Amino acid sequence: MADVRQIVIDIISDIAPDEDVSNLDDAKSLREQLDLDSMDFLDIVMELRKRHKVEVPQEDYPKLATLASCVSYLSPKFATV
Amino acid sequence: MNDTQRIVMTGIGLTAPNGNNLNDFRKALLECKSGVKHHEVRYMGKQVAGMCDFDEYKYQSKKLRRRGTRAGSVSIYCANEAIQDAKLDWQTIDKSMVGVYIGITEHGNVETEEEIYQMHQNSLDWKLWSPHHNPRTVANSPAGEVTLNLNITGPHYTLGSACAGGNVGIIQGVQQLLLGEVDLALAGGISESSQTFGIFAAFAAQGALAQNEDPSKASRPLDKNRNGIAISEGGCIYVLERLSDAKKRGAKIYAEIVGYAINSDATDFVNPNSERQVQCMHKAIKRAGLTVSDIDIVNMHATGTGTGDVNESEAVRAAFEASEKTFVNFTKGHIGHCMGAAGSLELAGNIPSFVDGLVHPGMNCTDLDPQCDIKNLVINEAKYVGNINYILNNSFGMLGINSALIVKKYIG
Repeated sequence: MADVRQIVIDIISDIAPDEDVSNLDDAKSLREQLDLDSMDFLDIVMELRKRHKVEVPQEDYPKLATLASCVSYLSPKFATV
Repeated sequence: MNDTQRIVMTGIGLTAPNGNNLNDFRKALLECKSGVKHHEVRYMGKQVAGMCDFDEYKYQSKKLRRRGTRAGSVSIYCANEAIQDAKLDWQTIDKSMVGVYIGITEHGNVETEEEIYQMHQNSLDWKLWSPHHNPRTVANSPAGEVTLNLNITGPHYTLGSACAGGNVGIIQGVQQLLLGEVDLALAGGISESSQTFGIFAAFAAQGALAQNEDPSKASRPLDKNRNGIAISEGGCIYVLERLSDAKKRGAKIYAEIVGYAINSDATDFVNPNSERQVQCMHKAIKRAGLTVSDIDIVNMHATGTGTGDVNESEAVRAAFEASEKTFVNFTKGHIGHCMGAAGSLELAGNIPSFVDGLVHPGMNCTDLDPQCDIKNLVINEAKYVGNINYILNNSFGMLGINSALIVKKYIG
């Protein structure tokens, strides 16, 4: 079973390398905790597709708002990859 | 002439394959220290190239470097270094009256090649094409990145002018200051061309890509055994101001820009035209109100190609036939061809001559091609001349664009 939480954190570390991702609150919005903008979220979607063949349609982008919502939304997708 | 109509250089920020500031660069030029090394090029393997090793994160966050471009990174480094060198109080400057004018050979090839490569590696999945591609590849991108980095709200754009770019960027800065469009110009040229595969492959296809077992000997302008261009990256941006403003703030003044010219061959896509080059140099000298005998140093464009060097040698011989005291050098033997940066960078390498009285040598010309023999050519060893008042810098490019820029020693 893929560690989806860690996968998302790894991608964020590459996209926003100046940010400290060691103490993220899973329930809080990622944008509240990190200097991320809408283009960064497009990069996250792109990296999920490139690295893990996981597709996130545009209407589902809000589901990537927190680490917890990322895990619950992406886990079933990783299970079928 | 009124001080408001005289434009001076008060800051220099640069990165070259053999130095990341003016002092180190000048020292390397005087000591014949090459910056050309072996470099792995996608698909082609080991090639000679001049790469820069400045600290990309000195003035930029890792995130914005990732979002931007190498061209932007070079520009941001050079612009910040120039501002620091000029000792400008950046907080109090009216940013709406600062202009950014950067000459480029080309822009966008690095990013486009990378996107195509990534798509190719991923089963041609076009949905992996980056949303950053457009802002990265629009032609104003390197200058725009400088404005984002420094919060400049005045005009910015690049000047697409092939390898004349460095001179053309400076000329644009001068003109915009004279027009009163801005009070301060960050002007010069940059290049990241050595990060692309296409430029290497195209010069190879043209039979004009330098090759040598010892990369430091690959770029050999005017030498009998020259075999092409060593492709390099680099950048050099100047702070330009009106003399009246520079005096008011007690700025250190490197030089005054007294003459310039840009013209076109209108003869060929790649082959140069000596006659037009002569016309360009003479036009710049006339604009400066000088005669050829007033020019102390001519820095040649001299790329190390068979035809280019012969043509320019003919042009310099003809243009300076009447002068006995004009010394001639070139810079690409040390650093390769920095493309859009060549003009501004090579000029910077000569500006310290106003202070030290030395003409830096052209490097790697150990067996001078008789067709490239020029009166007072300085090769392989620096020459002490003493009082140097005027430097003329040549930069030429494909599609027949020629530029000549003349700077004068400033005596306060």
